[in-house]
Amino acid sequence: MKTRILTATAGVALSALLLAGCAGGGSSDSAGSGAAADCAPSDGPVTLEFTSWIPGIEKVVDMWNSANPDIQVKVQTGPNGNNGTYQNFFNQIAAGNAPDLGQIEYDALPNFLVQDGVENIAGCADVMAAKDQFVGWAWNQATLGQDNAVYGIPQDIGPMALFYRKDLFEKNGIAIPTTWDEYTEAAKKVRALGGYITNFSQSDINQFAGFVWQAGGQWFGNDSDGWTVSLTDPASTKVADYWQSLIDQDLVSTYPAWTDEWNNAYNSSKVWTWNSAVWGANSISSGAPDTAGGWAVADLPQWKAGDAVSGNWGGSSIAVLKGSTHAYEATKFALWLNTSQEALTALNEEANIYPATTEGLKLPSLAKGVDFYGGQKIYDVFAKAATEVTPDFTWGPTMTKTYADVSDGFKAAVSGSGTLADALQKGQDATIGALESQSIPVKK
Amino acid sequence: MSAVTTSHPRVGRSGAPRSGSPRSRAIREPLVSRTSAMLIMAVFTVYFLLPLWWLLVASSKSTGDILTTNPLWFADMRLFSNIGDLFAYRDGIFLRWLGNSLLYAGLGGAVATLLAAMAGYALAKYRFPGREIIFDVVLGGVLVPATALALPLFLIFSQVQLTNTFWAVFLPSLVSPFGVYLARIFAASSVPDELLEASRLDGAGEIRTFFTVSLRLMSPALVTMFLFQFVAIWNNFFLPLIMLRSEELFPVVFGLYGWNNQLNQIPELRGLVLIGALLSVIPLIVIFLLLQRFWRNGLGTGALK
Repeated sequence: MKTRILTATAGVALSALLLAGCAGGGSSDSAGSGAAADCAPSDGPVTLEFTSWIPGIEKVVDMWNSANPDIQVKVQTGPNGNNGTYQNFFNQIAAGNAPDLGQIEYDALPNFLVQDGVENIAGCADVMAAKDQFVGWAWNQATLGQDNAVYGIPQDIGPMALFYRKDLFEKNGIAIPTTWDEYTEAAKKVRALGGYITNFSQSDINQFAGFVWQAGGQWFGNDSDGWTVSLTDPASTKVADYWQSLIDQDLVSTYPAWTDEWNNAYNSSKVWTWNSAVWGANSISSGAPDTAGGWAVADLPQWKAGDAVSGNWGGSSIAVLKGSTHAYEATKFALWLNTSQEALTALNEEANIYPATTEGLKLPSLAKGVDFYGGQKIYDVFAKAATEVTPDFTWGPTMTKTYADVSDGFKAAVSGSGTLADALQKGQDATIGALESQSIPVKK
Repeated sequence: MSAVTTSHPRVGRSGAPRSGSPRSRAIREPLVSRTSAMLIMAVFTVYFLLPLWWLLVASSKSTGDILTTNPLWFADMRLFSNIGDLFAYRDGIFLRWLGNSLLYAGLGGAVATLLAAMAGYALAKYRFPGREIIFDVVLGGVLVPATALALPLFLIFSQVQLTNTFWAVFLPSLVSPFGVYLARIFAASSVPDELLEASRLDGAGEIRTFFTVSLRLMSPALVTMFLFQFVAIWNNFFLPLIMLRSEELFPVVFGLYGWNNQLNQIPELRGLVLIGALLSVIPLIVIFLLLQRFWRNGLGTGALK
């Protein structure tokens, strides 16, 4: 019996060692300022690998392939970034067989930067020249606030606006709120009628970050001295206190987002508005089919009457992953995919991708009225919002952890223990701890 | 009544328990305990079957009805048109996934069973130096979760450039330490040494003896091992997640996971995920029902030893 235990332990220990060995390979201790990639064109035909989880993207890539016989792109797929593909990228980078191009959401890009997972493509042909084609703040998401650095070509953005039940607001004579104060007033009237003005999501820290983004908050900063973390800056605290007071007065519902319960609350007209990103248009029409025609879209409520500021929720870039030997061709493809009208049109039609270029915002497919929203040309609202997003919100390198920590606190706050502001403080401390444990320098 | 019959209810050769008279049974199991046992089992049966029922009902609805109608009863019956949609979606990629899963799990399970049977048989029937150590190491393998091995396997397969190929999922599926354990226990108890002696005397080689005599005696255990391995490969999620990038190589479980991931963006996938999940459990149910009897036998024999 004794030998059995010994050998078994040895087996476990061995695999633990193997794992530790793998984990060690990918990390790096610098705050990340990778030198620009060598961007010389290759001789002869090139085949690129491109990993994306967007269904239907291969049809768009086929358009490129038939026009560019010398640069063929092979599409690979996988689950959404945080559900497996990012981890796969890191594994592949460690093993030396990463794809040339990978889809990376803006909030994950800093993680790839500090772990030395993406190439700086600022030196590649046409990249800097393409800057002006993009919505300004979207470009900043890909440069991570550094000069002379570009870590990905922006693909899509998620400017935020207010989805609201036009029919219910009109029937009950409630004015559409244009400021957050008016929003509270409207919330009280809606509550008196037995509804909730909106649902506060405990798990979508991304949405909350969008609100903070709009309020001018700045959760992270990065310069040569290291990272700053400020989840508790005045803007964030203001947003947290605002939602805390709505929760305290029972003016918002608190269903977990993306569940059947949540869908039902909207479908049964119990919840009247949703502050969401452009892609939310499809979430509503699928989650609340019985409310078709009753919805409309307006600008996000403002903190100061007369302002026109929006936030962003979501969006991703196409990055050249470390180890690619074809950065030149990869960049060329990524630029075509995300700036050419033909690709953007196809991406929008095949996969609902909302483009990140100023020209893209005017796509014909985005100029139509949408039946679910009573025929309103809702994308005009988002195109306007896209130009009103505060320009320099930066994500941190440990967003998955930060989201999880803040979300834990939000769940507690919603069930009555602690406040949203407490949750941000906890997230702040935990994030600094996480950065330091990865030897990423933090400025306090 | 009689203490002998109560403590050892024997199983007859026919497989049915030899029942005592109704009266003696009534004394053995008072009404209260019988009812409560039935009640507990009924609760558990409902508990386990409810999700399946929900899945069946949800699969038969249109995407809109899934959220708006009673989740436990049928609305518009659209099961077959849903199946049609599923098979048509993206040129029938789902059928491809189903085929992949059958190949990984069916072929992988069969080869794994054979390998484990050979190893277990050798460990049970031959005496050679290091026998116990080999067995212990294999047993140690039972304790290491497959999930923990996926990443090292990925790095190894990267070295030989086999990631994102059929082999990346198939080869690791051929290893079944628990199967070796079962096979050894079963071979020791069901293959008599005398029989092996006899076949050697008759001039059969070891390999021929194994395939013609021993393997047949071990068949109940083989079915058990095959089932275990089949289910393990079918449900294996982490290995394909780490190894595979090309959609046409995905097993069905992993493919559906990818779709489920896209629900926020492509809501019409909701219905396809549900009907896909329903279809993907059917092979498991079928194989269980077909092989159930052997499965019970094999498990029981292992337990007796």
